Amino acid sequence: MATKARVGSGSQIGIITRYNFLNYFRARRFYVMLSIMLLISLLLTAVVGYYRPVTFLGIPGESASTAVLGFYGAGWGSFVSIVVILSAAFFGGDAISGEFQNRTGYFLVPNPIRRSAIYVGKWIAALAASTIILLIFAGVMLANGLYYFPGNVPWEFAQSVAFAWIYLVAALSLTFAFSSLFKSSSISILMSVILLLFVFGVIDTVSSAVAGVEPWYSITYGAGIITSILNVPYPAHQLTQSLGSLAGGPNRTNARFQLTTFNATVPEGLGILLVYFVAMAALGLWLFERKEFTS
Amino acid sequence: MAPSLEAVQLTKNFGSFTAVSGLDLKVQGTKCVGFLGPNGAGKTTTMKMFTGLIAATSGSALINGVDVSKDKKSALASCATLIETPEIYSSLTPKEALSMICEIRGVPKAERGKRIDEALGLVKMTEWENKRVGSFSKGMKQRVNVASTLLSDPEVIILDEPSTGLDPRGMSEVRSIVKSLSDRLVFMSSHLLAEVTEVCQEVALVDHGKLLVYDTLENVTARFSGGGGSVQVGFSRMVDEETASKVSKLQGVQGVTRSNDRHLIVRFDPKAVSQDKLFEGVAGLKAGAVSFEQASGLEDAYLSLIKETL
Repeated sequence: MATKARVGSGSQIGIITRYNFLNYFRARRFYVMLSIMLLISLLLTAVVGYYRPVTFLGIPGESASTAVLGFYGAGWGSFVSIVVILSAAFFGGDAISGEFQNRTGYFLVPNPIRRSAIYVGKWIAALAASTIILLIFAGVMLANGLYYFPGNVPWEFAQSVAFAWIYLVAALSLTFAFSSLFKSSSISILMSVILLLFVFGVIDTVSSAVAGVEPWYSITYGAGIITSILNVPYPAHQLTQSLGSLAGGPNRTNARFQLTTFNATVPEGLGILLVYFVAMAALGLWLFERKEFTS
Repeated sequence: MAPSLEAVQLTKNFGSFTAVSGLDLKVQGTKCVGFLGPNGAGKTTTMKMFTGLIAATSGSALINGVDVSKDKKSALASCATLIETPEIYSSLTPKEALSMICEIRGVPKAERGKRIDEALGLVKMTEWENKRVGSFSKGMKQRVNVASTLLSDPEVIILDEPSTGLDPRGMSEVRSIVKSLSDRLVFMSSHLLAEVTEVCQEVALVDHGKLLVYDTLENVTARFSGGGGSVQVGFSRMVDEETASKVSKLQGVQGVTRSNDRHLIVRFDPKAVSQDKLFEGVAGLKAGAVSFEQASGLEDAYLSLIKETL
């Protein structure tokens, strides 16, 4: 028998990462995601270039530092969440379920490799592919920003990009957990998109605006720091607006409706994203370790 | 130490259904062991427990003495597997997919290229080595899967119906490959009894998740053919229930099994009816019988042990 070296799990994670990244990079979905991101970038560039909206370019008399933050807040801040969510769903939504549905797991799993090494390797590959998309989007925004505000790149934008990447890490952890839960690729992708794009948003609104409870348990609430950091000053943690008042009650404290908005502080937001990353990674891995390859 | 596969009271339940029930089986040495049984007998489930694709409800599956459920990585280090018909990442080429397996299995870098070339050559896929797997037919993918089991020079090879999806030439080539692996332990399930007869030295028969017999091919054939005879009858059209029932009621017939849509294997008592009389009886049914040939001894033993008849 020929000599064989025992391969450590760390090296095997690297092997899985490399070949999965190659698979992602050659697959149609990478280019679909790239096209979606470039389309968003192109539309933003065209709209700002043609209409020159004050939302992006600031109002006359506004300081350059405020205007440039407004530009990044309106462009990057408005769309980065969509880019992160779609990337996480595209690259993570079926990463594990696909091994069952497409039967690629039958090629990979019956080898001297731990399932955890496969899971982590695939996760890193998905993160690498998603990071490329995110960085290209950030690059396009930066190029636009430098065109309108030459030599003025606010430190807050760099922080926002870093927060967006951390959101991507947590979102991928969540989509991988969903991917481990379902055996159908389409269901796991769909559930990931619906949850991140709509359900958490609704929960945030209902919890804060209607119930007046801070949605500290929501990943999208934690991700609010991506846009909040681009505001000067940083938004207040809690804002309450009174809407309408009781009949004959001129006093605003008698208001019938009060709309409460919460904004996560930076440490709180990072904490929420970190907890999501750890909890969902543990859950996804636990599910994958126990999931059986039954036809 | 000789390579070995061992099931100790191996059991797998899917809810209330018991797929494998307290299976005790030890195969050891360098040989090919055929793993036989009807559909749903528990063959694939057993093999999946040996490869970590599913977990045993109770009992142990050991490869070279290492319990798969406790240390899958060590257990499979010297074992290559082909379970059902795996798919390969569609964007990869056969060369890349096999290179990934080589790296996972720790094949030294200097040897990888040679091993991959040899394995692809054996399964006649050299010409396609740099084409993406996504464009391949099922048979071509299965050839790459077979190649993947040869890369790391394993002591133990578990093959679950390796001929699935292959054309007749491909099936013949796989048989040749398996026969060439005489210096290791090959544990192979198959529905093709002729294939098992050709390549295996021993057979293990399971039904309803239980081991019925494990012995050499010669012993199984001698012990369980029961002195009876069996013939395979070919029909010009699909065999329906009525035809099978009529054949089973002919004088001297002990059992009838459908081997495929157009063939029946008929077990008969030679003392009660001679082959020529049986032939006349089948022809007399005017059910479209077009061929009549002696079935193999293994088929006879199989039919004797597996009681699921029409």
